[in-house]
Amino acid sequence: MAYETIIEDEIDILVAGAGLGGTGAAFEARYWGQDKKIVVAEKANIMRSGAVAQGLYAINCYMGTRFGENNPEDHVRYARIDLMGMVREDLAFDMARHVDSTVHQFEDWGLPIMRDEKKGNYLREGRWQIMIHGESYKPIVAEAAKKSADKVFNRICVTHLLMDESKENRVAGAVGFNVRTGNYHVFKSKTVICGAGGASNIFKPRSVGEGAGRVWYAPWSSGSAYGLMIEAGAKMTQMENRIVLARFKDGYGPVGAYFLHLKTYTQNAYGEEYESKWFPELQKMVGKEYLDPEVSHRTHRPIPTCLRNHALINEVNAGRGPIHMVTMEAFQDPHLEEIGWHNFLGMTVGQAVLWAATDVDPKYENPELTTSEPYVMGSHATGCGAWCSGPEDVSPDEYFWGYNRMTTIEGLFGAGDAVGGTPHAFSSGSFTEGRLAAKAACKYIDDGKAEGIRVTDDQINRRKEEIYKPLETYKVYSNEVVAGTVNPNFINPRQGLDRLQKMMDEYCGGFGVNYMTNDKLLNIGLKKMAIFGEDLENVAASDIHELLRAWELKHRYLASESVFHHTLFRKETRWPGYYYRGDALHLDDENWHVLTVSRRDPKTGDYTMEKAPLYHLVGDEEG
Amino acid sequence: MPTFVYMTRCDGCGHCVDICPSDIMHIDKTLRRAYNIEPNMCWECYSCVKACPHHAIDVRGYADFAPLGHSVRVHRDEEKGTIAWRIKFRNGKKDMELLAPITTKPWGTGYPNLAEEPAPSQEMRDGELLFNEPKYVRMDDGGLPTLESNGLKLKAGVAY
Repeated sequence: MAYETIIEDEIDILVAGAGLGGTGAAFEARYWGQDKKIVVAEKANIMRSGAVAQGLYAINCYMGTRFGENNPEDHVRYARIDLMGMVREDLAFDMARHVDSTVHQFEDWGLPIMRDEKKGNYLREGRWQIMIHGESYKPIVAEAAKKSADKVFNRICVTHLLMDESKENRVAGAVGFNVRTGNYHVFKSKTVICGAGGASNIFKPRSVGEGAGRVWYAPWSSGSAYGLMIEAGAKMTQMENRIVLARFKDGYGPVGAYFLHLKTYTQNAYGEEYESKWFPELQKMVGKEYLDPEVSHRTHRPIPTCLRNHALINEVNAGRGPIHMVTMEAFQDPHLEEIGWHNFLGMTVGQAVLWAATDVDPKYENPELTTSEPYVMGSHATGCGAWCSGPEDVSPDEYFWGYNRMTTIEGLFGAGDAVGGTPHAFSSGSFTEGRLAAKAACKYIDDGKAEGIRVTDDQINRRKEEIYKPLETYKVYSNEVVAGTVNPNFINPRQGLDRLQKMMDEYCGGFGVNYMTNDKLLNIGLKKMAIFGEDLENVAASDIHELLRAWELKHRYLASESVFHHTLFRKETRWPGYYYRGDALHLDDENWHVLTVSRRDPKTGDYTMEKAPLYHLVGDEEG
Repeated sequence: MPTFVYMTRCDGCGHCVDICPSDIMHIDKTLRRAYNIEPNMCWECYSCVKACPHHAIDVRGYADFAPLGHSVRVHRDEEKGTIAWRIKFRNGKKDMELLAPITTKPWGTGYPNLAEEPAPSQEMRDGELLFNEPKYVRMDDGGLPTLESNGLKLKAGVAY
C-alpha cells in the first residue's frame, strides 16, 4: 500500500480527541509541563470538533461560589439525586470545586457570558446553568489548546492505543490514520489523555433515511472514548447507564432554557398535566427515597430526569400523546421569544430549520416533544466511562490509585465522556476534567513512572495491517460481483451500522421496544453481537472516507458490547425512563446500590464484571 | 437539514472541506466544487455554511420530516465579532432577523502564555490547585474547597 508511515516520537502528553475535555487537557498541560512535548490528535478540525462544534447557548455546570450561589457539594447532591444515587462523588466533587475557575478563564478568552444587570452575577438559566452567546465556544477554547500544544494533528482518526512491551498494562501512545491523505500515523508517547467522545448512533435513531444524522448527540461522536480504552483493557463503569432525552420532536432542540428560563411547561394532547398521575405507581417501583413529589415540591428537590421521562413515555403509551411544550404563553413576550430562537441558533440550528419548514411558530402553536433513542456518554445527565482514580485528598482507597483521572491502565488518563461516574459535567466540567488529567499526567511523568517504555516495530506494523484491512478486503472482493453494494464476502460500514442499531434497539432497550429489555433478550443480543464481531473482521471500505466510517463502527461496536454486558449484570431497574429490565422491574438498593465495573480481556475478548462500593458525600455531623 | 452547494457560487476553495466535523464536505473531482457526500451523517451544525466565503452553502431540511420551502441563512463575522441569522418560514408569514455576539475580544487575544508563566512550585505540583487557582475559583483570596473546609466526608453505603 502506498500510504506513508509518519512517526511522531518522544511525546510526553498525547491528547487523543480534542473536544472540550481534550482542549482542557492540552491547555493545562503546558503550565505543569512547560518543557514537555504536548501533541493533539483530532479526528476533525480542532476549531469545530466534538459535541460543542456547533456552539452552546448555556454552560450547564457553574457553581457561582463567588456570588454566594452554590458550593461544590450542592452539585454533587444534585447529580446523585438525578442519577438515582449512582455517581462517583469523589470525582464529581473534584470537578465541581474547580469548574468555576475554568469558566472564569473562558470569560477572559472572550466567551460572551450574559450578566444579570441588577445583581452583577452571571445570568442564570437554572440553578446550575448560566447563559452564554456560545456560537464560537469551541473555536475560543480550541485557540487556548493550540497555543499550548507543540503540534495539533487535525484529521487523524485514532484507532488504537499503543501498549508498552516492557511493562504490562502501561500505555505507550496511539496510532491512527489521516482521513484525507490516508497516511499511517504513529504517536509514541509517555502518557495519553483520552478526550474522545461518547456514542451517538449505536441505538436505532427515530429519524430515518436522510435524517439519520439528526441525532441528539453529534453523529461524529462515535464512542471512540470507549472503543479505544475497552480494546486496551481499561476497566469501565456504569456503561448500562444510557440516557434518553425528552426533546422537541425530530429536531431534538434543547429544552433546558425553555423549562428553566422561559418557564414553559408540558402537557398532554388534551391540555392536561400528566406527570403527577404516574408518580404513585412509579414510587412503588423506585421507593419513596427516590421519588417523593410532596417533598420535592416543598424543598425544591428535583425529580430525576429519568423519572420524568417515565411519565412522558407512559402518557404517550396510554394514548394521550403527543406531549406538547406550552410555549404560547411565554412567547407572547418578544424578549423571551427572541431568546427561544437564539437558543436554537446557538446550539441546534436544525430545530429552527424544522420549525421554519413546518410553519411551527411557538408563539401560536405548542410544539411536540418526544423521547429520543438512547445514547451512551458520560458528561450529560449520565455517567458512562472508564473507571478512573480520583484526587488524593478526597478519594477513599477503592477510588484512588496514584493519579487523578488515570484509568486502570498506567499512563492512560481520561476527560469528559471518557471518565465514568461523573454525570452533569457538561462542557465546562469536561474541560475541567481535561485540566485535572493534564496536571496528573505531568506528575506521573515527573515521578518517573514512564521510564523504559518500549514499542516494537512488530506492534506498529501489526496495527498498520489491521487498520488498512477494510481497504484490502474491498480490493480483493469487490470485483467478484458486477456492481452494487451486495457482496457475499463483506459488508460496508453503513450496512454494519444499520445492523448494530437494530440489535441495540430490539435487544438492549431502544425506543422501538419502549426501552424494555430482560435477561433473555440481552443474552440473545450478546450472541448476535459475537457473530457481528466476526463480520466486522470483513467490513470493507472503498476509500479512505469509508475507512473512517469502518473504524468508527468498530469503536461503536466495542462500546455497544460493553453496554450489553453491563445491562445484563445490573439485575434491577435503576433508571425507569432510561431503560427497564422486564425481569427485574424494581429498583433494588439491597443488592444494587453499587457501581458496576467491567473489564474486557484484550487477548480473549472475555468480559469480567464486578460491583464497586458507592461512597456518598455527607456532612461531618451525619453518621 | 443536510447541506448542499450552489454550483454557480462555489469556487472550490475547500474551506468547508477543511472545517466539516463529520468529514462529509468533499470536492467533486470533475466539477472541482464542494458537495455533501453523506447527507445522513450531517448534523446540520452549519460549520461549513459559516466558513464559506461565498455563501455558496445552504441547507434543505431532512427529506424524511422537513417540507421544502424554508430558509435559515447565516453570516458570521469574526472582525465584528457577530453572527447574523435570517429565518424564513415556508408559508412566508414569519421572516426574522437575529443578531448575536460571538466574542468579546479581538480574535485570538486574551490568552495567557503558559510556557512563560512562573513555573509552579513543588508544593503546587503535589497539591490540588490548577493554573490560576486558587484565585480564579472565587476571584478573591478564598482557597480551594476540600472535604475538611466544607465539613464533609465520604461515607460508604446507601444515601439519598
